[in-house]
Amino acid sequence: MPKLYSGAEIVFKCLEDQNVSHIFGYPGGAVLPIYDELKNFNSIKHILVRHEQGAGHAAEGYARSTGKPGVLLVTSGPGATNAVTALTDAYMDSVPLVCITGQVPTHLIGTDAFQECDTTGITRPCTKHNWLVKDINDLAEVMHKAFEVATTGRPGPVLVDIPKDIQFQKSKYKNYKKNKKLNGKSHDNYSQKNIDELINLVSKAKKPIFYTGGGVINSGTKASELLRELVYATGFPITSTLQGLGCFPADDNQFLGMLGMHGTYEANNAMYSCDLMINVGARFDDRITGKIDEFSPKSKKVHIDIDPSSINKNVKVDLAIVGDIKSVLTSTLKTLKKSKNNFSKSNKHQISNWWEQIQKWRSKRSLDYIGSEETIKPQYAIERLYELTKDKDTYITTEVGQHQMWAAQHYKFNKPNRWMTSGGLGTMGYGLPAAVGVQIAHPKKLVIDIAGEASVLMTMQEMSTAVQYNLPIKIFILNNEYMGMVRQWQELLHDKNYSESYTAALPDFVKMAEAYGCVGIRAKTPEELDDKIIEMLNTDRPVIFDCLVDKQENCFPMIPSGKPHNQMLLGPKDQKEKKITGKGRTLV
Amino acid sequence: MANSKSAYSFAGKKQKPDTHIIVVWVDNEAGVLARVVGLFSGRGYNIESLAVAEVDQKQNISRITIVTTGTPQVVDQIKLQLKKLVPVHKVADFKREDKNVIFKEMALFKFVANNGKLNKAFEACKNFNPVILDQTNKSNVIQITALRREIDTMSKNLKKFGLVSVSRTGAVAMTRGSEIFK
Repeated sequence: MPKLYSGAEIVFKCLEDQNVSHIFGYPGGAVLPIYDELKNFNSIKHILVRHEQGAGHAAEGYARSTGKPGVLLVTSGPGATNAVTALTDAYMDSVPLVCITGQVPTHLIGTDAFQECDTTGITRPCTKHNWLVKDINDLAEVMHKAFEVATTGRPGPVLVDIPKDIQFQKSKYKNYKKNKKLNGKSHDNYSQKNIDELINLVSKAKKPIFYTGGGVINSGTKASELLRELVYATGFPITSTLQGLGCFPADDNQFLGMLGMHGTYEANNAMYSCDLMINVGARFDDRITGKIDEFSPKSKKVHIDIDPSSINKNVKVDLAIVGDIKSVLTSTLKTLKKSKNNFSKSNKHQISNWWEQIQKWRSKRSLDYIGSEETIKPQYAIERLYELTKDKDTYITTEVGQHQMWAAQHYKFNKPNRWMTSGGLGTMGYGLPAAVGVQIAHPKKLVIDIAGEASVLMTMQEMSTAVQYNLPIKIFILNNEYMGMVRQWQELLHDKNYSESYTAALPDFVKMAEAYGCVGIRAKTPEELDDKIIEMLNTDRPVIFDCLVDKQENCFPMIPSGKPHNQMLLGPKDQKEKKITGKGRTLV
Repeated sequence: MANSKSAYSFAGKKQKPDTHIIVVWVDNEAGVLARVVGLFSGRGYNIESLAVAEVDQKQNISRITIVTTGTPQVVDQIKLQLKKLVPVHKVADFKREDKNVIFKEMALFKFVANNGKLNKAFEACKNFNPVILDQTNKSNVIQITALRREIDTMSKNLKKFGLVSVSRTGAVAMTRGSEIFK
């Protein structure tokens, strides 16, 4: 007779077979049988967070920086509802997560039992799929299928809800054979004809641009290599979305910087004026397109994406190639080499006027800011942080707001998986727990959370996790005492009525660091900034760095809502001249 | 032309909305209807009618028929989003005007009236396969099968014959001829 395992054991056997080494979680009544089993599975390390949202973001940081799925384990009721923000965040940014939740015993489901909630109901719109396991004999299959759904196609979060009695019941365990297709869903759905068409467009284009996104990163490091190869082989300019930063080296001459609401002048103008746009793994998000009626009006648009529902969702495209970026780029490169050897040389003349135009836009130096000797400009702080850490293989996470945009603009990423930020959902409080997850995955690497003082307070409790596991994460707070992005919008749209965007009674972050048992450092002037950053980097413990920056600084350049790409605000002076009028006000 | 008020709206000319019948084959499992319906409400698509039942007991397959209106772009999104759901096997989409597809709804009418009116009511239904399911000396229940608009008209016109209650299903659809939707 085959050996029988309890539900709790089956959970761990599945995790073992899926090569899971770390799970992030928080115990509670409905998952105690699973926690009881933890001691018998040495290959799996549990990281105790301080709040279930933290577990979710830590798992996201882990997943984004490794390409492997992140796993979290939380209890029923509040455990599950606290994880919802992180699940939604992962859903918006296509991060593979497997969330295991406890549930009240099956006979109590529907009775409003203690810590009961309709977990699968609540998480249905924010997961790719979820399961309530009501029969112990289904558990192993569901667990394995959960990993498959989370990691195949466009990745995303899934949830498995396991009632407490199922965790005790016993069943056989069988490993799972991967199906080729999941319920008839295939992912590569393009033909050589599509590729030929793409090559044809590429060879005709006079004003081409690559517009790349997080899909390249999700497709694996090989995809980034292939993208570089293709961009060099064509000689075309390339811009990237927030999530795609790092898949092409930011210090390369062909890179125009990030595009979109706070993207560079050259990237946005190139998007507006191009005649061929090749979207690789991005989704025409509204922060990218600006006013959609006037989005890149003269271009042929190509969209390469693994998710068929991304095609024509926001912007109609002329050529859709549905498939995994890695495989599409492989075919494209092969065809390009075969049909047009030495293309970048032969094509150089055709796009030389375009590059000249781009250099003109570039000469506006749209990321420049007015420096100061007295106060630390936030952009300066990021620049110095970059200069002092660029020789290390640094992992950056961020919270959400002005600091996030400044980090995206001024920190140069040269490798994929080094940049973890909440783009789609825009979750304040993402960066600190994400840094915990990244550091767990890369214990020897430098991990910095570029934070704002308002965001970081939302998940500050996870410093305690960092201290418990000796994770030397660096929390680099650009402290302007305001919810900066809110304040900026109020300045632009609401006649400087700074309604509730100033945080009075902020904690003393240095003392707070000490209270958590980590190190607090404060920098007040530009003069001392470098020394303080070096002090932070030389500290082999978690650090909270309180960087007091200019309170009034705004994040430029920007496309005001309701405007197309070619109508950017470049700086404070521009802001006065191009005041946002009635229509734009409603669009934030 | 004045520019669109919202940066979130669709580009260019406004497309005309059409009525579509969407047929979805799904695993008959707990929560599957909620997934399909939740997708519609969550993304702001509308549902005019809905019919669902298991059609293959051996393989546990249910067939959901949804009548919806939307611009071509929205209808495309609906189909693509539905296909992404894990328990969904296949999705078919028919325009209401499509001559190659049969659409039918069933309605039950209850009349309370004298014999003369009851007879007239039955007479009025005769183009729609009427069946009398229940009869007393002052009431009856008539079943008809027809198109949605026909049933709409009927339920309005039959008021004068003592129609007191209407119960109707959502539309179900089937292609004509020997072909089946793969």
